[in-house]
Amino acid sequence: MRLDQLSKGKPALVTSVAGDNLLAKRMMEMGIVPGAEVSVVRSAPFGDPIEVRVRGYSLAMRLNEAAAVEIAPIAPIA
Amino acid sequence: MNDAAARDDQVTIALAGNPNAGKTTLFNSLTGLRQKVANYPGVTVERKEGQWQMDDRLVRLIDLPGLYSLDATSLDEQIARDVITGKQAGISRPDVVIAVVDATNLERNLYLVTQLLEFGIPVVVALTMIDLFERQLHKIDREMLSALLKCPVVEVNAKTGRGIDELRAAAAAALGSEPVLPEPLLEAVRDDTTNGKIFARYSFISDVAQESVWHSDQSSHRLSDKIDRVLTHRVFGLAILILVLLVVFQTIFSWASLPMDLLEKGFGALANEAKELLPAGILTDLIADGIIAGVGGVVVFLPQILLLFFFISILEDSGYMARAAFLMDKLMARVGLHGKAFLPLISSFACAIPGIMATRTIESRRDRFATIMIAPFMSCSARLPVYTLMIATVFAGQTVFGIISVGAVLMLAMYALGIFAAIIIAFLLKRTLLKAPPPPFLMELPPYRLPNLKTVLFNMMTRAWLFLKRAGTVILAISILLWALTYFPRAIDTAGLRADSEQRTAIGGEVSEPSLPESEQLKQSFAGRLGHAIEPVIKPLGFDWKIGVALIASFAAREVLVSTLSIIYNVGSDDNAQSETLVSAVRDAKRDDGSPVWTPLTALSLMVFFVLAMQCMSTLAVVRRETNSWRWPAFMFAYMTALAYTAAFITYQGGKVLGFD
Repeated sequence: MRLDQLSKGKPALVTSVAGDNLLAKRMMEMGIVPGAEVSVVRSAPFGDPIEVRVRGYSLAMRLNEAAAVEIAPIAPIA
Repeated sequence: MNDAAARDDQVTIALAGNPNAGKTTLFNSLTGLRQKVANYPGVTVERKEGQWQMDDRLVRLIDLPGLYSLDATSLDEQIARDVITGKQAGISRPDVVIAVVDATNLERNLYLVTQLLEFGIPVVVALTMIDLFERQLHKIDREMLSALLKCPVVEVNAKTGRGIDELRAAAAAALGSEPVLPEPLLEAVRDDTTNGKIFARYSFISDVAQESVWHSDQSSHRLSDKIDRVLTHRVFGLAILILVLLVVFQTIFSWASLPMDLLEKGFGALANEAKELLPAGILTDLIADGIIAGVGGVVVFLPQILLLFFFISILEDSGYMARAAFLMDKLMARVGLHGKAFLPLISSFACAIPGIMATRTIESRRDRFATIMIAPFMSCSARLPVYTLMIATVFAGQTVFGIISVGAVLMLAMYALGIFAAIIIAFLLKRTLLKAPPPPFLMELPPYRLPNLKTVLFNMMTRAWLFLKRAGTVILAISILLWALTYFPRAIDTAGLRADSEQRTAIGGEVSEPSLPESEQLKQSFAGRLGHAIEPVIKPLGFDWKIGVALIASFAAREVLVSTLSIIYNVGSDDNAQSETLVSAVRDAKRDDGSPVWTPLTALSLMVFFVLAMQCMSTLAVVRRETNSWRWPAFMFAYMTALAYTAAFITYQGGKVLGFD
């Protein structure tokens, strides 16, 4: 699953950040590294960009950028 | 300042930190008002430096640009890296780096610290926002943090002054100390892939946070979240954004107009005073009409710049600016721009100068330049007198459907035309000259905070001063040049000059310079000759040589068109666009064949020309400063003038074909 497909409010773990490019590097520098917990808080009025919560702060990114982040949803503890 | 060598009585300390970490406030409270702002040589990255006295030594505090990383992929990062490694000319390698770390956003803020530690330079961590952090009932073990990072950690609050002296002392103690790299970071140093390094650093950071921070719960974002539920709401969010912009816009328009009028009148009075006190002659005219008017032309922009930066600082400091970019990014992305381009462009409706200066918030150089290149298309307040005069002259009292005035429709159409041109040009630029893979949008949405008034006022003053220093000199020089164009050669009133001989007979054949009307001087000046010279070129736009003179003069500033027309039509230099005498003089102006000059089509053609043409030397001077090259302003001038000419040509010739003349 990719970060742009994650529904709002659901926590997930980053499994990988695709690509060896500037975007991937920036993503990782901002704390989106494998193992980090992320969730989508909201999307902008026109549907794009989205607000992602990571490491206790909010990071806005476009959907096509979020698509570079592979995630695994965390199953809610029942 | 150019002394790169380390001196015994001087200590260099660099201040590094993430954007929004409270770095500026800390910088101000460490250095007070003793600071210098300039650009790093050859680039547009701002260089801020302040100082304080440490016992018998002077501390030079270098404020690095706000950064998330030191990996040298952006210009800011490259410069920061050069400063820290001592490669930046004029700055000796810092003895200590103070790393500003926002306690409420510890992990991401520590990333930069890990990189600083890897440089092997003594680091002192200044923990900011600690009061906020504690108010949220989180706890941080400062000693543990310090032990893990192997560097001193000081809690500071720049507003109350808490920890400032302690920070200074810690920096002094760290001088000459041998930095120790925390062991886990060795892995980051050894790993030779970029992603591997980043991963290793964050692994270390996760462990550090785990051991030194205790979170009360996960929702430290509670308040900001609540605010965002409204401010980024589908409907309310956009409505509030429009409201905020209206307030900003309205204030710049209306609040700035009073001090601007006062400044204009003041400089006018000063010029008159100078003419009365000084003996008549070229030197006096140069001082009064060249220098004083030129300085006035620079200073008159200050109210707008001060007001706009007052708002921009508040919007930035409070965290709202990032939300505005978040809301508008989708629309801006359609023309290939960043969401952050929105506010500078909107500001340009008041005046492109502060608008262009405000593009500094856009990190990507190409995005920033594209935004700068289209900013002057936003119909600024200087175009209003021109639109007003044209509408008052030829469209006064006309309505469509009986109720809507033609003037209002035209005014709206002019604004729309500017926006349309901006969209097209941005689209083209982003696909040609400024072509590049779109830089990552990735933007932090900082928690909402109450702006610090001192920082806001300080920022406002700095901007104003930078404008005076950087653009003022160029504007003044061009003002004097334009003055000379209208002043020389001095008119001589000999009978038998080719043009306007019927008017001349009324004046008589005596040579008496001072009694010559201003219009006569203007006609015979270089500007007047230029007007004649360009007449064949501007004739297809519906303009005669008199309009040509006014066009040339208005390259100083758009509103000069109005005062120049006043002079040329002999109504005196009363530059009120609504003055009855001027309007009727313009209305009565005739061409050589006796037909009126100002037909609706001519007026429309001129308005179109003014929407699109680059007629503002101050804007060009600011573009020169902001792009650090003459090529961009030259390009801007060329393409905008060509576009304006083409559009006015199509308007006039098309109108004629359709039978409107």
